[in-house]
Amino acid sequence: MGIYEISLATVVCINIILALGLNMISGFCGQISLGHAAFYGIGAYTAALMVKAGFPIPLTIAAGMISAGVAGLIVGLASLRVRHDFLAITTMGVGFLFLGIVRQQELLGGELGISGIPSAGLGKIGYLAVVFAIASLSAVFSLWIKRSWMGFAFDAVADDEDTARVVTVDVGAYKLAAFAMGTAMAGVAGGLYTYFARFLMPDDFGFITSITVLSMVAVGGIGSVFGVIAATIILTLMPEFFRFISDYKLLVYGALLFAVMRFAPEGLAGFARDAYRRLTVKKQAGETV
Amino acid sequence: MLYLELLIQGLIHGSMYAVIAVGLTLVYGLLRILHVAHAGLFALGGYLGLLITNATTSLPLGMFTSAIVVGICGMLMYRLCYQPILDRPPYVALIASIGLFIAMEEIFRLVFGPYGLTYKNPPLQSQINLMGITLRSAEVGMVISALILLGILAYLSQRTRIGIAWRATVDDPEISKSFGIDTIKVRYLNFFIGSALAAVAGVFISLLSNLVEPTMGGVPSYKALAIIVLGGLGNVTGTLIASLLLGVVEAFGTIYIGSFLDRDAIAFAFLIVILMIRPQGLFAGK
Repeated sequence: MGIYEISLATVVCINIILALGLNMISGFCGQISLGHAAFYGIGAYTAALMVKAGFPIPLTIAAGMISAGVAGLIVGLASLRVRHDFLAITTMGVGFLFLGIVRQQELLGGELGISGIPSAGLGKIGYLAVVFAIASLSAVFSLWIKRSWMGFAFDAVADDEDTARVVTVDVGAYKLAAFAMGTAMAGVAGGLYTYFARFLMPDDFGFITSITVLSMVAVGGIGSVFGVIAATIILTLMPEFFRFISDYKLLVYGALLFAVMRFAPEGLAGFARDAYRRLTVKKQAGETV
Repeated sequence: MLYLELLIQGLIHGSMYAVIAVGLTLVYGLLRILHVAHAGLFALGGYLGLLITNATTSLPLGMFTSAIVVGICGMLMYRLCYQPILDRPPYVALIASIGLFIAMEEIFRLVFGPYGLTYKNPPLQSQINLMGITLRSAEVGMVISALILLGILAYLSQRTRIGIAWRATVDDPEISKSFGIDTIKVRYLNFFIGSALAAVAGVFISLLSNLVEPTMGGVPSYKALAIIVLGGLGNVTGTLIASLLLGVVEAFGTIYIGSFLDRDAIAFAFLIVILMIRPQGLFAGK
């Protein structure tokens, strides 16, 4: 693997952590968030400040995770007040608020961002191994949550909040849990990004980033762990493999996002499920003949 | 004097927000869709207005044609993009709309170039002195046309058969259908009016800064969403008041807290604070 492939793989793994975090909130628990990049940014900036202050790598990432998770918990409290479309707009507002604050703070580098962040000191391959391990851990964690009792409760909240409340699911607590876990994952991704990019700009964490992550979740099939991972890999690599696309990258993203919602709202996961069903049905039909 | 000037600047911006947001709130009231791509139509309106004005040197012609064409685009957008997914969960339409908006912005960038276009002879640039406050005639024109357009809209909805049919459909689509109202036609009309208004706002914005650029729809779109949420989603009067209020809050906010929050962040901070106090918006919808 050359340096180019290694850094590409690192970006894919970071995006997987980020997307699985949003999948926890929007996929499992049904709370649409249009401000996920803000938590990614909180994690990244926290880690960057910690690195600059001389803290070692596990601590900085943990700090990013905790600060993003706490911020997520606060935004989660908002999800107890407002619902559906109101919540989507509120989270979008949180994204703009984060950007507005970062841009005006000298401490956070303002428009110029933070540069000169030291590397993790593990070498490119070593760092990829760490990021890959954390991404795998996030995938396992997501699958475990999905199959746990909490996963069922999330499902109930996503399906119909009021009915869930009637059958004594503590809707508020589960929403908060989803926000805290999902945004903490974004914080980890942010911390890892800090060491990878070694240079942070406010615009890295803007609305477009939030939408990019959302498109990974939506194209993969909202709520499906494997679908989201597949979509993240495809959407991250697509502009790299088709160089001619790179100028049209956002156009392709936008069109794809629209097309998937318009023609296959269940995404790759729904598509795979349909294909599998069709195959098995055909097989059974063949056997009976 | 500073206060008065800020207030007037705020109301000017607010009247522009109002013209954009009314279209958005009309769509939400009828279909429960957060129509993000509305801002794409707004930018399209700006481009068409500028191109036609440059070609024919007539601003009224440019504005009128732009409004009609964008209105028709709005109807097509409803037919091709929204109608087939109306029975899906609301996030489907929201995400589709965001995708559509991003794609539109990119098409503008690829077709018209990333740096934007300007008027050859920018119309309405003269200064008007009003009680010691200097305003540009484009600003005055924008406020006046906002008043006229919203006045016509109010008249239409209160006094004409079409308006009554429209209000009935918003209230209860099933019952209005049983009274013989063609609710599908009402939806088309809704998209036409909303999109045409957005186009007019787009032309005025392009006059104010003498620039149309691919990303011009970005900030107004997010802000218009904030406004219709503030106004209590789907409530037209609420939307108008919220637009003016937001314009004024921004004008004062940039002066007094501009050092740690930029203009957009102030708007959204205001939105979040209000929503935490009144989750249903300032003026509760139906």
